[in-house]
Amino acid sequence: MSRIKVFVPRETSAISVGADDVAIAIARKSKQLGTDIELIRNGSWGACWLEPLVEVQIGEQRIAYGNVEAGDVDSLFEAGFLEGGEHARRLGPTVEIPYLINQDRWTFWRCGLIAPLSIDDYIAHNGFKALTAAFEMGSDAVIEAVTASGLRGRGGAGFPTGIKWRTVADAAGEQKYIACNADEGDSGTFSDRMLMEGDPFTLIESMAIAGYAVGATKGYIYLRSEYPLAHRVLSKAIAAGRDAGWLGADIQGSGADFDIELHLGGGSYVCGEETAMLESLEGKRGIVRSKPPLPAISGLFGSPTVVNNVVTLASVPNIITLGADRYDGFGVNRSKGTLAFQLAGNVKRGGLVEKAFGITLRELIEDFGGGTATGRPVKAVQVGGPLGAYLPAEQLDTPLDYEAFSEIGAMIGHGGIVVFDDLTNMAHQARFAMEFCAIESCGKCTPCRIGSTRGVEVIDRMIAGEKRDENYDLLVELCDTMEDASLCAMGGMTPYPVRSVLKYFAEDFSPPGEQ
Amino acid sequence: MSVSNGYDAGIASNIIADFDGKPEMLVQILAHIVDRFGYVSEDGIRQLAEALNLSRADVHGVVSYYHDFRTEAPGNHIVKVCQAEACQAMGSRALTEHAKGALGVGLNGTADDVTLEPVYCLGNCACAPAVMIDGRTYGRVDAERFDELLGALGDTDGGS
Ligand SMILES: Cc1cc2nc3c(=O)[nH]c(=O)nc-3n(C[C@H](O)[C@H](O)[C@H](O)COP(=O)(O)O)c2cc1C
Ligand code: SF4
Ligand code: FES
Repeated sequence: MSRIKVFVPRETSAISVGADDVAIAIARKSKQLGTDIELIRNGSWGACWLEPLVEVQIGEQRIAYGNVEAGDVDSLFEAGFLEGGEHARRLGPTVEIPYLINQDRWTFWRCGLIAPLSIDDYIAHNGFKALTAAFEMGSDAVIEAVTASGLRGRGGAGFPTGIKWRTVADAAGEQKYIACNADEGDSGTFSDRMLMEGDPFTLIESMAIAGYAVGATKGYIYLRSEYPLAHRVLSKAIAAGRDAGWLGADIQGSGADFDIELHLGGGSYVCGEETAMLESLEGKRGIVRSKPPLPAISGLFGSPTVVNNVVTLASVPNIITLGADRYDGFGVNRSKGTLAFQLAGNVKRGGLVEKAFGITLRELIEDFGGGTATGRPVKAVQVGGPLGAYLPAEQLDTPLDYEAFSEIGAMIGHGGIVVFDDLTNMAHQARFAMEFCAIESCGKCTPCRIGSTRGVEVIDRMIAGEKRDENYDLLVELCDTMEDASLCAMGGMTPYPVRSVLKYFAEDFSPPGEQ
Repeated sequence: MSVSNGYDAGIASNIIADFDGKPEMLVQILAHIVDRFGYVSEDGIRQLAEALNLSRADVHGVVSYYHDFRTEAPGNHIVKVCQAEACQAMGSRALTEHAKGALGVGLNGTADDVTLEPVYCLGNCACAPAVMIDGRTYGRVDAERFDELLGALGDTDGGS
């Protein structure tokens, strides 16, 4: 009889709430009882609110137990959880958890399912089929498929990926590069991390496909230093990929060469901006470059470079194997395919929800998220990270669509959705937007560097009730200057959250006694 | 990731050699040096400038640009409390005040061999508020859990 498989995620969020302790307790107890189990440390399915989520393989099915604590392990064994036994923590089959079955899992379908560092498991789940198919299709057909799919950049700007790849393919230059942006600095986002920790070979395969398509033999991953587990997983996956001949010279006899170098960031938010990232990859201060030239023409070390976000790249393999039209079939208008939304902050069921574009904020926050964690009314939602506007509850029916969001002065960005309840003082949030800009500004433009510091001071005076009208005008003027005269979105969009607070939550600037 | 005391030029030299002494690897070398020693010393900056054939001003410029690259030795334990929006929505401002009180320091201060630092998102935003202690991320951290985690530091002195 084969050993019973038990899954406990080795993923940052799960571990942050005790998954390692649970895994140790399960291993210890099964040894004590003499039951022979195979403990698999999988990635997370993304239902963070259920972590640590333990699963037991029973025949074809996996039975899930949610919010398991190390202290539950004895009683789980007593309840016969290795046979799927009844227990207060039992959720039933994983594939029947509504949070998961109601998603459109295109990019994250393997996440949670497989053992992240087993190349055999990866291959058993269609791994490297897309790269093999790409070699057969030829590079032009790969770029055509990516273009036809309607895939747009998931790092923030939403630029069409196929056009970017075509530009690099057509650019003159002996050496070309793929630079994967894994800096994931936006608050409320963790999808890059979940993919890298839960399905790292997908990123490797995706980068190799991109390299083959545009004629680049070298790739870089720029990973933020706040993700030490992702760093360990990726390092091992890259080494395993090389050992198995999926990276390096003449990949699987295709004649194509591609290898990846993993770089760590230094804790700078602006280094997520693509040109600052390239500077940092070259070993320099992460100062934003003026464009043009575009990185696609003159990027890393002056060579044509594809800069793509982790999730953008990881969406490509299924576009190759399942077809561009299948991906294009998801979504609405010019927002095609799926996005891995991330529900965060004050939300009852926080986690990753991959859905086709077009779903509304309300559906995500109420149907998936279950409302606020505190049970209080939603006051504001910040979508798209620290440069995204704060939307009031009245705008929850806005569909997640790049253009619909830009119409209301908001952005989808990397898909982070941060929920705040009615006890939040929004003036403090506006102040933080300016403060964060002051801390993270690369310093190249005066409005961003100095304006943000001035912004904090002005907001402080408004909160203190000093010359409120005068300071209000001053703040609006500062926002105008930052928007008009900043080189990148750090200074250029910090005004968005600030203005949204002025527009929708102006009463929060009143001193306590006057509210 | 507990850090050892004292900058060791020999170890730093090995780290530089691991990156073939390439100047374009300066950020990577610094990341590894800071991971090993907790900071980069003035001597370390001089050593890097020589080994990579850069000016000291160049190395200084890079060191001062990145938040991670401390130039003072931190405490034996490093506690980072997330200050970003998703954690704010779940009470990180109050947790930060609690942490300051419990440790008796301000942000970026060190007391009793523990350094308290801000961090802007640990990617654990669905399990907010989040804290990182000696390189390990913790979630759903309220004041009580924070005190437990701090207490455990005392038990396992020397880090994880
Ligand atoms: C201040 C700032 C921070 C950014 N941070 C990130 C980031 O952490 N990750 C990311 O993928 N893109 C980030 N971007 C967007 C990148 O500049 C770039 O558009 C993206 O990496 C391109 O890849 P994509 O087309 O696949 O989205 C940031 C942009 C700005 C202005
Ligand atoms: S807007 Fe700010 S972050 Fe962007 S280039 Fe200018 S100074 Fe640097
Ligand atoms: S905002 Fe605190 S972990 Fe992301």
